[in-house]
Amino acid sequence: MELMVNGEAHSVEAPDDMPLLWVLRDMLDIKGPKFGCGVGACGACTVLIAGEPVRSCVMVVADVEGAITTIEGLPEGERLHRVQQAWIKHEVPQCGYCQAGQILTAVAFLERNPEPTDADIDAEMTNLCRCGTYPRLRAAIKTAAGMEG
Amino acid sequence: MGKIAKYTRRGFMGLGIAAAGGLAVGYYYYKKPYPNPLPDRLEPGHFSFTPYVIIGTDGAITIITPRAEMGQGTHTTLAAFVAEELDVDMNQITTDHGPAAPVYYNTAAMAEGGPHPFFEDGFVAEALRSAMGVLGKFLALQITGGSTAMIDGFDKMREAGAMAREVLKMAAAARWGVSLELLTTASGEVLHPDGTRLGYGDIAAEAALLEAPKSVVLKDPSEWRILGKSQTRVELLDKVTGAPIFGIDVELPDMLHATVAMAPRFGTKPLSADKAAALATPGVLNVVEISTATVTGFAVIASNTWAAFEGARALAPTWGAASYPNDSAGLTALFERALEDEASFTFGGEGDAIEALQGATDVIEARYSVPYLAHTTMEPMNATAQLQNGKLQLWVGTQAPGLAKMVAADLLGIDADNVEVVTTRMGGGFGRRAEVDAAVYAALVAAETGGRPVKVTWSREEDIRHDAFRPMSLAHLRGTIKDGMPEALDMKVAAPSILKSLLARTFPSMNSPGNERAILDGAFDQPYSWPHARFAAHQVDTDIPVGFWRSVGYSGNGFIFESFLDELAASGGQDPLEMRLAMMKDPRHAPAREVLKAVAEMASWGQSLPEGVGQGIAHVLSFGTWVAEVVQVDMRSGAVKIDKVWAAADPGLVLDPANFSDQISSGIIYGLSAAIGQQITFSDGMVEQENFYDYDALRMAGCPEIEVALLENSPRMGGAGEPGTPPVAAALGNAIFAASGQRLRALPFGNAVGFDLG
Ligand code: FES
Ligand code: FES
Repeated sequence: MELMVNGEAHSVEAPDDMPLLWVLRDMLDIKGPKFGCGVGACGACTVLIAGEPVRSCVMVVADVEGAITTIEGLPEGERLHRVQQAWIKHEVPQCGYCQAGQILTAVAFLERNPEPTDADIDAEMTNLCRCGTYPRLRAAIKTAAGMEG
Repeated sequence: MGKIAKYTRRGFMGLGIAAAGGLAVGYYYYKKPYPNPLPDRLEPGHFSFTPYVIIGTDGAITIITPRAEMGQGTHTTLAAFVAEELDVDMNQITTDHGPAAPVYYNTAAMAEGGPHPFFEDGFVAEALRSAMGVLGKFLALQITGGSTAMIDGFDKMREAGAMAREVLKMAAAARWGVSLELLTTASGEVLHPDGTRLGYGDIAAEAALLEAPKSVVLKDPSEWRILGKSQTRVELLDKVTGAPIFGIDVELPDMLHATVAMAPRFGTKPLSADKAAALATPGVLNVVEISTATVTGFAVIASNTWAAFEGARALAPTWGAASYPNDSAGLTALFERALEDEASFTFGGEGDAIEALQGATDVIEARYSVPYLAHTTMEPMNATAQLQNGKLQLWVGTQAPGLAKMVAADLLGIDADNVEVVTTRMGGGFGRRAEVDAAVYAALVAAETGGRPVKVTWSREEDIRHDAFRPMSLAHLRGTIKDGMPEALDMKVAAPSILKSLLARTFPSMNSPGNERAILDGAFDQPYSWPHARFAAHQVDTDIPVGFWRSVGYSGNGFIFESFLDELAASGGQDPLEMRLAMMKDPRHAPAREVLKAVAEMASWGQSLPEGVGQGIAHVLSFGTWVAEVVQVDMRSGAVKIDKVWAAADPGLVLDPANFSDQISSGIIYGLSAAIGQQITFSDGMVEQENFYDYDALRMAGCPEIEVALLENSPRMGGAGEPGTPPVAAALGNAIFAASGQRLRALPFGNAVGFDLG
């Protein structure tokens, strides 16, 4: 089957019911999407499909429709996405394991809602971070939205 | 390259011997230094100065930061120790974890192991601290835990930086033919008074030939340019660009993938397994049985991780019966019986609590409990291994590379020198990655792949159900009040020994250790004066593996002890803050008083709050850091809403303020997650929880605002990663009591009250 990932076409031979996460990680060596739970409960595996955040561990590869963006495909050339820049400014990551998923979730969310309230952030940013970077995640989202900081 | 390697080795050995003698921390060091592992590994044109500094003729400067980076900023601060004295800027260096080698042992990790409070600095306590340190050296414990990385690195790594700097100056002095005293250093260059400069890279080759000075003078803290100021974390860019830095991201040519299906009843053997079904799963290549003291079960080897997971599901093994009570009710009964038995041992204490309680009429009595807990690091357990020609290579995110090396070598029957451990970045540790099980499993699977590398990734279900759990414990407390103030306390704690469990699964041939202070940590060693107090351990061991969970013994006892103090305050009609301050009578308790007063001021403690809103306070000294916290809850809707958490922490010396505050805040969120909803329970001899849907943690919406203040009154340096956790459950429970009059004595609180998590 054909997959478009970060602007590049790939053809893979994978069983239809294989989750997209493992196709990306184990077959295409794209390691940005992380394995956290395998049941759609943590968001570490988040990728964008046609701009929408998807938990790739519960998306079987045969059902993928649209271009896939992983964290590797987010910067434009050398230039980091403004959400990544805000993450650096606030030094959001601790261990960093959840952050690719957090960043992609925030990218999609800010496209839809460029001026989020705190309640919007609470409702949309549901990915787990075991290091507890939530206070800095919140601040970085506001910076990326050009709201403060 | 032969010539260079020879020179560097000589240059380095000189430094190594000098570093072991006559310095401020000399008493920690056993006479003969361990060899420097770097020279054998250097690329041409690179020279090592001490085991911590590599300088290339191209000017590249690498600092070895031999502790686990789990997100706690360790690599940044350890590199800053060296950079400060070496006189290089943080943006001029790169860091490398370096190999597993005894020279990187952690003396501080063992130093607090004896049965004495942190603030006790009498002769016996000091002797024990240094004796435990020497023990650490013998065991070559290159471990990251007990929040000790900074304490251990503080002298060693600043000295390494200073040694390297002096040798570089000597080389420049020789080149220029001027006296050493005239030269200074800055930003990676030696400066001549006439304005001429020499980059470190330009003189590295010459410097490596020189004998190091016998001793060095470290900078006075007032001269620090880097330490004491917040630094940008060294791995930040990697972490926002999804760089493949974690163990789970390891990719090798010809690599296989595998997963594990381990005995869900601990210590049992498989009765049956459907190997045919597993092998029939597309992509599955092999199923192997593994049986050691550390791990028992199966590994499924496949062409990708998902196929391995599917194969493990199809395998559907059945297992023998558990040696311990089958369910949580049975375990509780076992622990309750242990409380009725004679005490195993006591620690600390004052006066005669038993006698004081015997004659008393108004005894305040309570039973507390805390559950087993899993760590759930964000990155599930995994390791990659390759066994070729009797040599094992391991890639693993581990807090204990030296231990992983030893145990893996032992099980494979090869020499430890034939094991090379590459320590990757890790997606969270919290104590879980001090265990060697993931590395051992991978090593044993690698013995079955004909020399091909294999990455063994655990499913989240295996990760949760095969943890080394925070121990469950039950406590029985009795106290009396006199003139409104606590008079006597008898605290009995029934809990298993972590070290005994650790030894059984790691070094089964070693004898069981002595009395374990973790069972009473967070109670007997706290900065309070009692007329009468007794702290008794009732040790109760089972085959359920228990281990180091962020803040270890303090995590449970901090809650139990500080909640019961709140009960005593209520009984005596005292303000919980004032009562604590009045009990902190000893001058050595002063840092505790200061953090309590600071946090009270931040939270406007004592203000009048609406009915249904309440504040709770708690203080716990752990890992050398004094932490007071206030939690405010609003229960007017019926459910508990956490408004805000304030914390004041005193680690003696704050090396990186932003990072330290972040660690305290992270510890608070970790502790709140557990206090609100986490528990590992048993049924049919097996852990009942499976994944984040039944073992969750705080998310953005439920995370309260957190405010942290840092103080520096303590006489010794304390840790950052763990001390934020212990007070928060007690402060939350005490706040719920203040808001509602309901006293919660069992964790998690979510079993008794609802929480509004947004
Ligand atoms: S790994 Fe996909 S949601 Fe957790
Ligand atoms: S930064 Fe470690 S899990 Fe989020």
